[in-house]
Amino acid sequence: MTTPAPRPPHDAFLEARRGFLDILPLLLGAVPFALLYGALAAQKGLSAVETGLMSALVFAGGAQFIAVDMWTTPAPVAAIVAACLLVNARHLLMGAALAPHLMHLPKPVRLFYIAIHADESWAVGLKRATRGPGLTSAYVLGMIVPFYIQWPIGGVIGNLFGGLVTDPARFGADFVFTAMFLCLTVGLWRGRPSAPPVIAAALAATLGYLALPGVWYVFLGAAAGTVAAALDPAGLKAQAEREAAHAG
Amino acid sequence: MPADLFAIDPLNLAAIAGMALVTLATRFAGYLAVGRFAVRGRLAAALEGVPPAVLTSLVAPMAFATGPAETIAAAATVLAAWKLPTLAAAVIGVGAVVALRALLG
Repeated sequence: MTTPAPRPPHDAFLEARRGFLDILPLLLGAVPFALLYGALAAQKGLSAVETGLMSALVFAGGAQFIAVDMWTTPAPVAAIVAACLLVNARHLLMGAALAPHLMHLPKPVRLFYIAIHADESWAVGLKRATRGPGLTSAYVLGMIVPFYIQWPIGGVIGNLFGGLVTDPARFGADFVFTAMFLCLTVGLWRGRPSAPPVIAAALAATLGYLALPGVWYVFLGAAAGTVAAALDPAGLKAQAEREAAHAG
Repeated sequence: MPADLFAIDPLNLAAIAGMALVTLATRFAGYLAVGRFAVRGRLAAALEGVPPAVLTSLVAPMAFATGPAETIAAAATVLAAWKLPTLAAAVIGVGAVVALRALLG
C-alpha cells in the first residue's frame, strides 16, 4: 500500500506549535520594527488605514521602510514602486530556492506560503526543509500566519501611538535580525560548498552597500553568492552525489 | 484628528497597490519558474547557494560596514550559533552589541 497511515489529529497541532515556536524569536524581533514603521508612516502623513493596508498588502519590511522614507505629498508613485521592485528582487531567487521543498504540500498552503513569506519565515522554513524533518502544512501555517498578522497590527499601533518607539538601536533591536540571520546561516551551513556563496555575497553586498545608493547591495550580494555557488566545482560535485544517492 | 485615521488618498493607494503588485510578482515569478521542472545539476547547486547568499547579503552592512562593535558582535553570534541553540546565540549577539556599543562609544 502506498497510502500513508492517517496521522492522529494532535500531530497537526504539534507541528503548528513547532512552527510557531521556531518563528517566535524572529516575530518578537519584528514587532519593534512594525511599530517603528507605523510611527514613521504617521510622520509622513499616512493614515492608520493606509499604514495597515500597506503592511497587509505589501508585507515586506525593507521595502516599506524605504518607501516611507521616499514618501511625500503627493506620493511619487513610480519612484516608490520602482524602489520596491528593486528591494524585493531577491524574492525571485528566494521563491526559486523554496519551490522544490513545497511540492508535496496542498496547493493553497503552497501559494499562501509563497504569497506571504518574509526573509524570516522563508529562512526558518528552508532550514526545516533541508536540515530537519521537512515541511508539513501545519508547520508552515503555524509559522507564517502569526508572523504575518503581527506586521499590520504593529504598524497600525505604531501609527496611532507614534512617539513610543523612536530608536530601536538603543536596546539593540536593530541587531536582532542580524543575529538571527547569522544563526540561520550557521544552521544552513553544509561545510565546504557553503563557503563560496557566503564569501561572494559578503564581499559583493558590503562593496555594494558602501558604493551604491539605496538597497542595490541586497540584490547584488544575493546574485553574486548564487553565481559563486553555481560555478563552484565542490558544490556541483556535492549536488551530483546527492542526485546519485537519490536515484539509487 | 480621528477623521484622518481612515483617510485614503488616491495617490497613496496607487503607490501601495503598485508596491503590492510588484512584490507579489517577485514572490511568484521565481517559484513558478522553478516549480515546473525537475531541478538538478548546476541550477540545483545555484539554488542551494541562495539561502546563505541572501542571509549574508542582508547582514553585510551591519556586520562589515557599521562599526567595530557590530562586527565583533556578529563574530560572537556566529561562534555562539555553532555551539548553542539559535535563541541563546541570538540573545548573546544582541547582548554583545549593546555592551560593545556602550564600551566602544
